[in-house]
Amino acid sequence: MNVLHFILQNRSEVIEFTFEHLWLVAVSTFLAVLIGIPLGILITRHPLLNKPVLGVANAIQTIPSLALFGFLLPAPWIGERADRLVILALTLYALLPLIRNTYAGIKGVDPAVIEAGRGMGMTSRQLLWQVELPLSLGVIIAGVRVATVLSIGLTTIAAAIGAGGLGQYIFRGLAMVNNSVILAGAIPAAFLALFADATLGWLEKRLTPP
Amino acid sequence: MNSPPDTRFAIEFRNVSYRLASNVPLLFDLNLQIHPGETLVLLGRSGSGKTTTLKLINRLLAPSEGSVLVDNRATVSWDPIRLRRLVGYVIQDVGLFPHFTVERNIGLVPQIEDWPADRIRQRVQELLQLVGLSPHLLSRYPRELSGGQRQRVGVARALAADPPILLMDEPFGALDPITRAELQREFLELQQRLQKTVVFVTHDLREALRLASRIAFIDAGRLITVETPDQFVNSIEPQVAAYVDAFGAGRLVPENQKTRGTS
Repeated sequence: MNVLHFILQNRSEVIEFTFEHLWLVAVSTFLAVLIGIPLGILITRHPLLNKPVLGVANAIQTIPSLALFGFLLPAPWIGERADRLVILALTLYALLPLIRNTYAGIKGVDPAVIEAGRGMGMTSRQLLWQVELPLSLGVIIAGVRVATVLSIGLTTIAAAIGAGGLGQYIFRGLAMVNNSVILAGAIPAAFLALFADATLGWLEKRLTPP
Repeated sequence: MNSPPDTRFAIEFRNVSYRLASNVPLLFDLNLQIHPGETLVLLGRSGSGKTTTLKLINRLLAPSEGSVLVDNRATVSWDPIRLRRLVGYVIQDVGLFPHFTVERNIGLVPQIEDWPADRIRQRVQELLQLVGLSPHLLSRYPRELSGGQRQRVGVARALAADPPILLMDEPFGALDPITRAELQREFLELQQRLQKTVVFVTHDLREALRLASRIAFIDAGRLITVETPDQFVNSIEPQVAAYVDAFGAGRLVPENQKTRGTS
């Protein structure tokens, strides 16, 4: 097989690109978790913010990724380096599943359980940390899973603006009209996505309360 | 006995009305005094306003008009967190935290009150004994218990920080008749020892007659009457008579009349 041959011949480069790819995904997903989960919690507490927050996150998702890279290019500091730009764009894309799942997870906790907690005299902070978050953890992790898999796919486009990652093979292969080179980027990216999906799926199952 | 009546941890409803935000009225002009140490049963059909009345006491709801006094102080002027920690709350089945073990469920209030860990453990042991549960259940989760065991855990949890007031919302409603009778008997023994101010919601007339010091009958958001169990079965109030009839009046004798008859 041509593809395997190509990958084996360039294995140190393939590994390097894979790690670049993973790094972009990890940093952006981490940032999105840091922003998205608190936002999701916030809109369960302030229902008026619900529509605007989810609306904006939804709207971001509809922007094609190349166009989003273009939009962000003139931004100061961010636009100076391709990886910063890509991380910001990926973070924005990952927000929707995180906000939505955090919101849905907390809203899905049995209201009788929450009322019992309130009736016991738990403060709303105690309710959040001891009841609402533990009981919605599975749903929240499902959001992280969707966001991660989404980012792994999107990051292949990062190569278009020179941020590295496995997309470099895809774009190079397209230019060279060489399927083996395209697949040398696409196959490892697909495996990354499958691996992330399986790992986070396992975690989701572990953390979902019975 | 010339000492003034003890009003500590009494509960009083003064002209209390409650409406939903959509203006649907649920309770009309409720006046009711609950004495310390008594078991007041709120009896009535589903949707009559019993649970609403209960939630007004621990301020899960605030009255639209009038005031609810706990320990001579309006619930709206209490810090709700402090108020609720003085008031144990037992609800039907679902109130246990599914992700907590029995031990953590029972120790919940002491834990949020920041008791030291060994004192919580000791208290949980005491409570387990009090409600008749075996210590090997401590590490189980609520789903691994029978209905009767779950309800005992619910009672133990409500008693954990030794609150002077206990609110019980159809606590035995989901149990089979035999388990229910068992828990009712245990409740009576427990209450005789602990002398809490108990407000107990049920739609089951038999349960009311068995447990109550007094029965407050609520119908369509209005308090119809407050009577002792013996008065209640002979009440001339038409709604009460109809309710008693529905349970087959002839076969019902309040618990305390039975004992009087045999002594």
